[in-house]
Amino acid sequence: MDPMNYIVLATLLFAIGAAGVLLRRNAIIVFMCVELMLNACNLAFVAFARMHGDIEGQVIAFFVMVVAAAEVVVGLAIIMQIFRTRRSASLDDASLLKH
Amino acid sequence: MAVESHAYLAAETGAAAAAGSAVLSNAWLLIALPLAGAAILLLGGKRTDSWGHLLATALPVASFAWAVLILFDLLGRAGDARSVAVPVYEWISVGSLSIGADLLVDPLSISFVLLITFVGSLIHIYSIGYMAEDPGRRRFFAYLNLFVAAMLVLVLADNFVLLFLGWEGVGLASYLLIGFWQYKPSAATAAKKAFIINRVGDMGLLVAIMIMFSALGAVSFSGVFEAVPGAGDGVLLAVGLCLLLGACGKSAQLPLQAWLLDAMEGPTPVSALIHAATMVTAGVYLIVRSGPIFEGAPAAQTTVAVVGAATMIAGGIIASAKDDIKKSLAGSTMSQIGMMVLAVGLGPVGYVAAIAHLITHGFFKAGLFLGAGSVMHAMNDGVDMRRYGGLARVMPITFATFGLGYLAIIGVPLLSGWWTKESIISAAFGVGGTQGMLLGSAVVAGAGLTAFYMSRMFFMTFLGEKRWDEGVHPHESPLSMTAPMVLLSVGSVALGAFLVFGDRFANFLAPTIGAHPHHFDLAHAFTAPYGLAALGVLVVGVVLAWVVYLRKPVARTAPRGNFVTVAASRELYGNEINEGLFMRPGQVLTKALVAIETHVVDGIVNGIGTSVRDASRGLGRAQTGFARSYALTMLFGAVVVAATLVVRL
Repeated sequence: MDPMNYIVLATLLFAIGAAGVLLRRNAIIVFMCVELMLNACNLAFVAFARMHGDIEGQVIAFFVMVVAAAEVVVGLAIIMQIFRTRRSASLDDASLLKH
Repeated sequence: MAVESHAYLAAETGAAAAAGSAVLSNAWLLIALPLAGAAILLLGGKRTDSWGHLLATALPVASFAWAVLILFDLLGRAGDARSVAVPVYEWISVGSLSIGADLLVDPLSISFVLLITFVGSLIHIYSIGYMAEDPGRRRFFAYLNLFVAAMLVLVLADNFVLLFLGWEGVGLASYLLIGFWQYKPSAATAAKKAFIINRVGDMGLLVAIMIMFSALGAVSFSGVFEAVPGAGDGVLLAVGLCLLLGACGKSAQLPLQAWLLDAMEGPTPVSALIHAATMVTAGVYLIVRSGPIFEGAPAAQTTVAVVGAATMIAGGIIASAKDDIKKSLAGSTMSQIGMMVLAVGLGPVGYVAAIAHLITHGFFKAGLFLGAGSVMHAMNDGVDMRRYGGLARVMPITFATFGLGYLAIIGVPLLSGWWTKESIISAAFGVGGTQGMLLGSAVVAGAGLTAFYMSRMFFMTFLGEKRWDEGVHPHESPLSMTAPMVLLSVGSVALGAFLVFGDRFANFLAPTIGAHPHHFDLAHAFTAPYGLAALGVLVVGVVLAWVVYLRKPVARTAPRGNFVTVAASRELYGNEINEGLFMRPGQVLTKALVAIETHVVDGIVNGIGTSVRDASRGLGRAQTGFARSYALTMLFGAVVVAATLVVRL
C-alpha cells in the first residue's frame, strides 16, 4: 500500500472543495464543498493511521464526522431560514453586515 | 509632646507651667462661647431671628468676664509663673509631627483676649442699634461671633499651626462681613479683593510654618524658639521674611495694603472691630510672638521696620486726601499699624510700646469708627465729609466721644495716644545711630500727618458751616450706639496713662517678651528734643488743617487739586500698580495657559481619538459582506500558517 496515492487523492478532494467554496454562490453547494474538504481531511487521517499502524488518526476522523454532522444540522437550518425570508440561497445576497 | 514642648517655656520662666485652677484649665471656654453663638445663629435659622442678636451679644460679654477672671488668676501668681499652657486635645498626630490644639495663656495673649472681647462686646452692643433695621441681622451677628472666636484662637494658640487656623478663620469672617451686603457689586468685589490679597500673605505664613517644620523640626512656639539659636542665618532670614509677608497681608502693610480701604464697604461696626481694632493688628501680634526668630535675623527685623515706616507715611498721605470718612479712617489705621510694625522692627525695646499702642489704638480707633457710623446713621448713610459740617450741635454725644478719640489719636499730651506714641518715638530714637534717627524722625513725621488728617476729618465733620444734602435731618443715635462710644472714649482718655505710667504694662508683659531696659520717663517726654518735636508737629498739623479746612469754607465737591492730592486720593496708585504688575500679566498668563490647554493638551487627546476613528473607518472597508472573500482570506491565512510550519520544520 502506497500512502502517497491516498494523500494525492485527499489533496485533490480538498482543492476541489476549497475551489467550490470560493467560487460558487449557491449556499447549498458551498456547504457540500465544505463537507468535501472535511472528508478529504478524514481520508488523510485514516491513511496516516493505517500507515503508522495506530488508532489515533481514526479516532480523530470520527470526531470530525461528529462535528461535521452537528455543523450540517446548524448550517442547513440557517440556510433554510435565509431562503425562507429572502427566497434566495445566494451567499452574495446575504451581506447585511458589510461596512 | 504638648507637655514636653512647654518645657522650654517653663525653663525660661523658671516655674512649672501647669494650668492648676479651674478658671485657667477651662480657658477654652473663651473660644467656645462665641463659637457656639455663631453655630446656634447659623444653624438655628429663622427661629433665632427675634433673640439671636441678644444671645450673640451676651456670649462675647461672657467671654470677657471669663478673661477678667483669668487675668486676676494670672495676677495672683508670681511674675514668672504667668505663662500657662492649657492642653485641650491632640489635634494632629502623624509620624514625628504632633500638633496639639493647645492654648497658651500668658500676659501677651491675655492682653489681646481682653482687648478683643471688650471692644468686641461693645461693638456687638453698638450693632444692636446699628443693624436694627437690617433684614440680615441674624447672619451679621453670627459672623461677628465667628470672628471673635477665630480671633481668640489666633491669639491663644500655642503653636503656629493652630495660630494659622485662627488666622484663616478671621480672614473668612472678614470676607463674609466685608461682603455682608453682597447685593452691592462694590461690596462683593471688595470682599473678594480682601480675600485674595490676604491669601498672598497667608501663603507667606504657610511657607514659614513649612520651613520651621523642615529646618527647625517644630511648629510650637516653644519648640521653634528653642531651635532658633542652633539654626542657620539663612533659615531664620527666610522664616522671618515669610512671617513678615503674612503680617503684611493681614495688617494691610505695603505692599499688600490695597484691600483695606475697599474693605470699608462692610457695615461700620465691622470696620471698627475687624479692620481697625483687632484683626488688622494680628500681624503685629505675629511678629511680637515670633520675636526670637526676628532677633536671630537682624536683616528681617530691619525689613520689618522699613515696611512699617513706609506704610505709616503712605497711609497718612492717603488719609489726608480721602473725602470718604471711613476710607480716611482706614488710611489712618494703615498708618497707625505701620507705626506699630516699625516699633516691633526695633526689636524687644519696641515690643511693649507697639503692643501698648495697639491696645490704646484699638480703643480710640474703634471709638472713631463707631462715631463715624453714628454720623453716617444720621446722614442717611452718606460718607462724603464734604457733605457734613456743623454736626457738633445736633449730635453732642457723638461729637464729644469722637472728639476725645480724635484728641487721643493725634497725641494730645496725657491722653492715651500720647503715652503710647511717645513710647514708640523714644524707643525709635533710643536705637541710636543713623537708623534710630531715621526711624525716629519717620515716626515724628507720621505723628504730624496724623494730626493733620485727623484734624481735617474732625473739622470737616463737626465744625464749620452745614453742607448737608437736601432731605438730610441729622439726629443723635440711640443709647445702644452711644453707650459703647462713651465707654471707648473713656479708654481713649485714660488707658494710655494706666498702661504706660510707671511701666505697668512693660512689667506685666516682661515674662513673655523679656524685660527690656527702656523706661518711660514722664518729665523727659516733655523736655527731650524728640518730645518737643512731637508736640511741634502736632501743633503744625492741627494749625495747617485749621487754615485749609476750617478758616475757609470747604467746597461741596472736591477740587481737582495738584498731583500730590490726586495721587493721594487715588491711594498712591496702589491699585494701578497691582493691576499693572500682577493682574494684567496674570490675565495674560491664564489666557496663554488656556490656549495651551485647548490647543496642545486637548489637541493631543482629540488627535488620538480622531486617528483611531479614521483608522477604524479605513479598516471597515475590508468588511465587504461577501462570505466567499472572507473564506479566501481565511484560506490564504491557513496556507501561510501551513507554509510557515512546513518551512520551519
